[in-house]
Amino acid sequence: MASSYSAKEEDGHRAGAPGPGGNANRGKKPDNTAFKQQRLPAWQPILTAGTVLPAFFIIGLIFIPIGIGLFVTSNNIKEFEIDYTGTDLSSPCFNCSQSYNWNSSMPCRCTLPFSLEQPFESNVFMYYGLSNFYQNHRRYVKSRDDSQLNGDLSSLKDPSKECEPYRTNENKPIAPCGAIANSMFNDTLELFYLDPNGTRTQIPLMKKGIAWWTDKHVKFRNPGGSNANLTAVFQVTTKPVNWRKPVYELDSDPENNGFINEDFIVWMRTAALPTFRKLYRIIQKKNNMTPTLPRGNYTLEVTYNYPVRSFEGRKRVILSTISWMGGKNPFLGIAYITVGSVCFFLGVVLLFIHHKYGNRNNSSDIPN
Amino acid sequence: MLRRRLNQLFGGDEKRVDSRTIYVGHHPCPATEAFIPPKFCDNRIVSSKYTIWNFLPKNLFEQFRRIANFYFLIIFLVQVIVDTPTSPVTSGLPLFFVITVTAIKQGYEDWLRHKADNEVNKYPVIVLEDGRSIRKESEKIKVGDIVEVVEDETFPCDLILLQSSRDDDTCFVTTASLDGESNHKTHYTVPDTEKDLQSLNATIECEQPQPDLYKFVGRMHIYKTEQEPAVRSLGPENLLLKGATLKNTKKIYGVALYTGMETKMALNYQGKSQKRSAVEKSINAFLLVYLCILISKAVVCTTLKYVWQSQDGQDEPWYNQKTQKEKETYVYLKMFTDFLSFMVLFNFIIPVSMYVTVEMQKFLGSFFITWDKDFFDPEIQEGALVNTSDLNEELGQVEYVFTDKTGTLTQNNMEFIECCIDGFQYKNTDSMSELDGFCVTDGPVNKLQQKAGRDKEELFLRALCLCHTVQVKEAGPDEIDSDQVDGQLGDLSRPDEQRGFIASSPDEVALVKGAMQHGFTFLGLENKAMKIRNRQNDLEVYDLLHVLNFDPVRRRMSVIVRTKSGETLLFCKGADSSIFPRVRPDEVDRIRMHVERNATEGYRTLCVAYKQLSPEEYAVADAGLRDARLALQDREEKLMAVYNQVETSMSLIGATAVEDRLQEEAAETMEALQGAGMKVWVLTGDKMETAKSTCYACRLFQRGTELLELTVRTLEDGGRKREERLLELLVDYHKKAVQDAPPVKVGVTRSWSTATQEYGFIIDGATLSLVMNPSPDANPSRYKSLFLQICQNCTAVLCCRMAPLQKAQIVKMVKNSKGSPITLSIGDGANDVSMILEAHVGIGIKGKEGRQAVRNSDYAIPKLKHLKKLLLAHGHLYYVRIAHLVQYFFYKNLCFILPQFLYQFFCGYSQQPLYDAAYLTMYNICFTSMPILAYSLLEQHIAIEILLDNATLYREIAKNAMLKWGPFLYWTVLGIFQGLLFFFGVRYLFSNPALQDNGQVFGNWSYGTIVFTVLVFTVTLKLALDTRHWTWINHFVIWGSLAFYVFFSFFWGGIIWPFLKQQRLYFVFANMLSSVSAWLVIILLILLSLLPDILLVVFRKPRGPHARQKKKCQSSAGDRQSSRSSIRPLLMRTFSDESNTVI
Repeated sequence: MASSYSAKEEDGHRAGAPGPGGNANRGKKPDNTAFKQQRLPAWQPILTAGTVLPAFFIIGLIFIPIGIGLFVTSNNIKEFEIDYTGTDLSSPCFNCSQSYNWNSSMPCRCTLPFSLEQPFESNVFMYYGLSNFYQNHRRYVKSRDDSQLNGDLSSLKDPSKECEPYRTNENKPIAPCGAIANSMFNDTLELFYLDPNGTRTQIPLMKKGIAWWTDKHVKFRNPGGSNANLTAVFQVTTKPVNWRKPVYELDSDPENNGFINEDFIVWMRTAALPTFRKLYRIIQKKNNMTPTLPRGNYTLEVTYNYPVRSFEGRKRVILSTISWMGGKNPFLGIAYITVGSVCFFLGVVLLFIHHKYGNRNNSSDIPN
Repeated sequence: MLRRRLNQLFGGDEKRVDSRTIYVGHHPCPATEAFIPPKFCDNRIVSSKYTIWNFLPKNLFEQFRRIANFYFLIIFLVQVIVDTPTSPVTSGLPLFFVITVTAIKQGYEDWLRHKADNEVNKYPVIVLEDGRSIRKESEKIKVGDIVEVVEDETFPCDLILLQSSRDDDTCFVTTASLDGESNHKTHYTVPDTEKDLQSLNATIECEQPQPDLYKFVGRMHIYKTEQEPAVRSLGPENLLLKGATLKNTKKIYGVALYTGMETKMALNYQGKSQKRSAVEKSINAFLLVYLCILISKAVVCTTLKYVWQSQDGQDEPWYNQKTQKEKETYVYLKMFTDFLSFMVLFNFIIPVSMYVTVEMQKFLGSFFITWDKDFFDPEIQEGALVNTSDLNEELGQVEYVFTDKTGTLTQNNMEFIECCIDGFQYKNTDSMSELDGFCVTDGPVNKLQQKAGRDKEELFLRALCLCHTVQVKEAGPDEIDSDQVDGQLGDLSRPDEQRGFIASSPDEVALVKGAMQHGFTFLGLENKAMKIRNRQNDLEVYDLLHVLNFDPVRRRMSVIVRTKSGETLLFCKGADSSIFPRVRPDEVDRIRMHVERNATEGYRTLCVAYKQLSPEEYAVADAGLRDARLALQDREEKLMAVYNQVETSMSLIGATAVEDRLQEEAAETMEALQGAGMKVWVLTGDKMETAKSTCYACRLFQRGTELLELTVRTLEDGGRKREERLLELLVDYHKKAVQDAPPVKVGVTRSWSTATQEYGFIIDGATLSLVMNPSPDANPSRYKSLFLQICQNCTAVLCCRMAPLQKAQIVKMVKNSKGSPITLSIGDGANDVSMILEAHVGIGIKGKEGRQAVRNSDYAIPKLKHLKKLLLAHGHLYYVRIAHLVQYFFYKNLCFILPQFLYQFFCGYSQQPLYDAAYLTMYNICFTSMPILAYSLLEQHIAIEILLDNATLYREIAKNAMLKWGPFLYWTVLGIFQGLLFFFGVRYLFSNPALQDNGQVFGNWSYGTIVFTVLVFTVTLKLALDTRHWTWINHFVIWGSLAFYVFFSFFWGGIIWPFLKQQRLYFVFANMLSSVSAWLVIILLILLSLLPDILLVVFRKPRGPHARQKKKCQSSAGDRQSSRSSIRPLLMRTFSDESNTVI
């Protein structure tokens, strides 16, 4: 581009031509500024064993305790997992999983007994987990209409094309449209504690606080404002094909009904990996005296609605306590301990090298 | 490229008619009855490329002709047409940005060109029409119009001079804006044209327009009533070129010959061939690798997708049904679109922004050369000039330097030192004291004008006074500007000699001045009569009959003059090799000794001969010359033949010696270049002896250097056939220099490897042509390869007696030799243009021989000494900067896209992007582009002073060291390592997606955002680790980019954007930051990714710059290791001590 033809110069007119780096400054002494002369004051750090060595030790010394802390925290988290897919003959849910029919009016129920060896002290979070369920499939991820979910009335009547093939049913727009909504997890999970004396008490499950606050309050909104009659608003629409009841009957609590139903919101946040868990309920700690879930026998009552056998999926229920770092995951702790030890080890090696050969390496940054 | 080919195509058509006929003043000529006004283009200069109407389509077409842009356009179109994972915006926006910025830039430049064009095209001119003067706009001039030009105006088109206001039918012209020669050139009117231009009835036949400024042949037929049409020859001396300025002449009339785009000036600016740098070639190679990676990624994913889908229930589970359209799509078409989708998903691996950044880096970077005040020469008030910014980094890769001698190594500031008349030596009495020590062995010292016969002396001095094309600077009324004229202005120290001489060659001025010192003063040329004042202060007048111009092939020039007494004399001066064969052999020996001795002293020698022409001889010569000058075809050859015929059997009268001083710091510069591992070849048209002594003076050859000579002289020594001898010598030298030499260790510095014998090689033009084109029975490639191998093993090569084309031939040979080394040519004159254009990098010196070299060069510097900084500092830095830029760009996009690729294995090969579209788009544009741009403009991994002091540092980057496959592999592996780390680190974190302390879970966009955050920080910090030179700009840009990323992420996720279909990132970033685990994993992964780099830096032996800087640092600390430093080799110590003092 620099060789571009510039008529000005040729014709002997002295006005500067636009050429880059060009002829503009002919006959003019270049400015003696630090920038133009490439003499800006500069800091010129040089990494040497001398500078890096302390850093390695410091990193090692910081990381190893953090790692240990993380590891211990993770280990202290109590987690109980139970698979209720029902693929085995012996499983209580085998029948339900076999005789699956979307349209059957009679829900299939099954009961899974389990026992906790250790009490769960603090708040217990109940998750459901699915495996081999590709919530992150592209066709699936994009199959939603966020403006519909945000309460936009026009989108309610005319959902986005992205929702195909779950956009309309029998010439009525589906609300909420799309594959994600259509495949919402609809098993009902109930937890009962079996007292040693034989009584069966249902454990109260909190269904609020399981979705992101911003999702619940901003991103998801019912059409027609907060106080509208949902039944009327959704009159023009039809329920998703696979749902048993329309969206305005998800819950009796108006704060948790329609699009702002938290189960629904949680489901709508697509998981990152094909094996995932989603928060289902929270079991709040009652008081400081008794553990939230004491040691003993429990039963899990499942209303088995959600078919997973067709794609070799699994369904789980997970009971877990939570720490400041979230759920149980030993990975971070191990990683920190490993990296910290490696750094420390490298520090030792470097120190050795440094001492043996490195008297010349002892200079650090050069100030300029 | 295409355009040039088209031009050739059309040009070919045009050339079939090889002459054009012009009717002067549009008078129909009597000879041809049917007067068809021929069609020529108008006088509009169109340098602009576009008009308002065609700007958009044409500019877009031009831009999309670039492979890269076209590739991105295709990707964009695929995104629009096929259902792809990322919206077309992600690649459309950057492409649009790039295209728009380029279009705006080009549009602005074109607007400036339009403005300049208009200024020229609307310039008022006076045209004679039907006896009246009519004012017209310049663009309305038609071929055949008679145009009036007044003093100090530029000619509006190429004119044939018909009439001048001067009495002697001449006019003066300066072509400063054409070729930079500011001297006044004399142009002549066509002889015998009528004074009344209105009644002039003539046609001009001339060649079709061609770009050579100095060549023109034409013929004018003048029709007079009832007379045979008279024919006059037209040459370049009758042609006034557009762009030149009329001087010292009130006004002239001329007939427009070539107009508008057909003027020689316009033809000369059709652009040069594009030179591509080695870095660009590396980029293209890397691109190919990445393209392969891209395609194989897409193929792997597509294949796996169909393998995976063939399993039961995976292709279309109940929860995720296909649309009707998808179901109906033919499976192979589906596969193909899937492949395209994967390509689109991974296409960011080849980023648009790299091209933009590289272009910007080159464009902006080149300003540092023009800004460098070290390149500013107070004498000519000019700094360096950058004609192309594409080759900045090539300056750091030079392996061979081809330098001209005269004007480049030497100052081209001639001083007459001595002469030799008839075998007796005459020293310049007025010369400086420095010559006092000069010992003369074979002639009387300072008792001059006594030994040779007085007649001979005066004949010799007259010859010097007459045989030249020097003009005397006229002392006009505006004499004040006398010092504005360039260096050829006479020495002003003596008032009586306050006479300015102007000549195209400084030798001539030196000779005329030399004659003046010996009493013969040239007073000037008037009316074809040369006036000289002789020693007796008498005026002698000679009629100048013919000038047999100088040309580099003949290497001599002659004049034919007639004395008052009617004698016709031919004076000839030229190089000894071209004079000796043309004089009587018995005279030669006496002079030859002097000539050779002078040549060894480094002086430029010329021999002077004369010949008395009998009237018959003159008549023959005159007729021959006139005939040849009238010839339309092959005029050059015909003239040459006549010249050769006339310049025979002359008698030798003497020789002159002119000193040409070395350029400032020539030796230091050459030594630095050699220290930097460059091979310096001197290519000169000069004599071997002169050139050799210059080489010694420049320390290219040193005392210990063994010279291998391959010249006509050595060839004739054996007394056998030249070719046999040539082969023998070649084999012999080859054995000496190549086979017996110890294996060359790369990086061994010349200065401290004293053990090996150094060789210098000398070859002359005649032998070279023998080597290049040996007789057909010999094996031509063998000669060449032997020659090349010898040359490559010599520290310096001197090629003397070179014709300009031979210079280019040599450059080309080296350029195309094994390993295709990077060549650099430096020269100052028109004879260097061919090699400047041929070499990878052409450097012009803003010397005294006009501006042609500068115009054709890639970079122009005022002095030779600036070459050192240009190569060692600027070249080195530019190379390191751009090499790092290129590697970094590939690296950062590899670790950008690799997680996205890996994610496909976890999302059912569904082309689900890992990152949000905004991140995909902004990554290369905003988040990571500025730090690397700042780095690539400001980085000085080694301080400039150290680079200048230690030429050896240049070797560290020789042979494209930073862009070899090794470093590329390192960066690629690093990118892969980091990409894997980012993805799997987060993958294992997400084995339990409940990452918040309230038990809530993260989804796929959080996953992508964590990976992306780690990515942006790592990639930026990696650059920070590599930065050795932190100015405030680096700080600002690096920390600013990171801050911007954080700010942008908050902002982007903080609002429900109405124009977005999906609010994917709504509060994702904020939620991520509220999770301690996310923080911890981000910190861990950044640290772990940077660990190998830190380790490598530490474990790498401190060598090169670091070691040196360390030593410097230690010694500057005035430390305890003085005992150690004394053990270091002496040279090393001086180096570090030197660098010590600098900082």
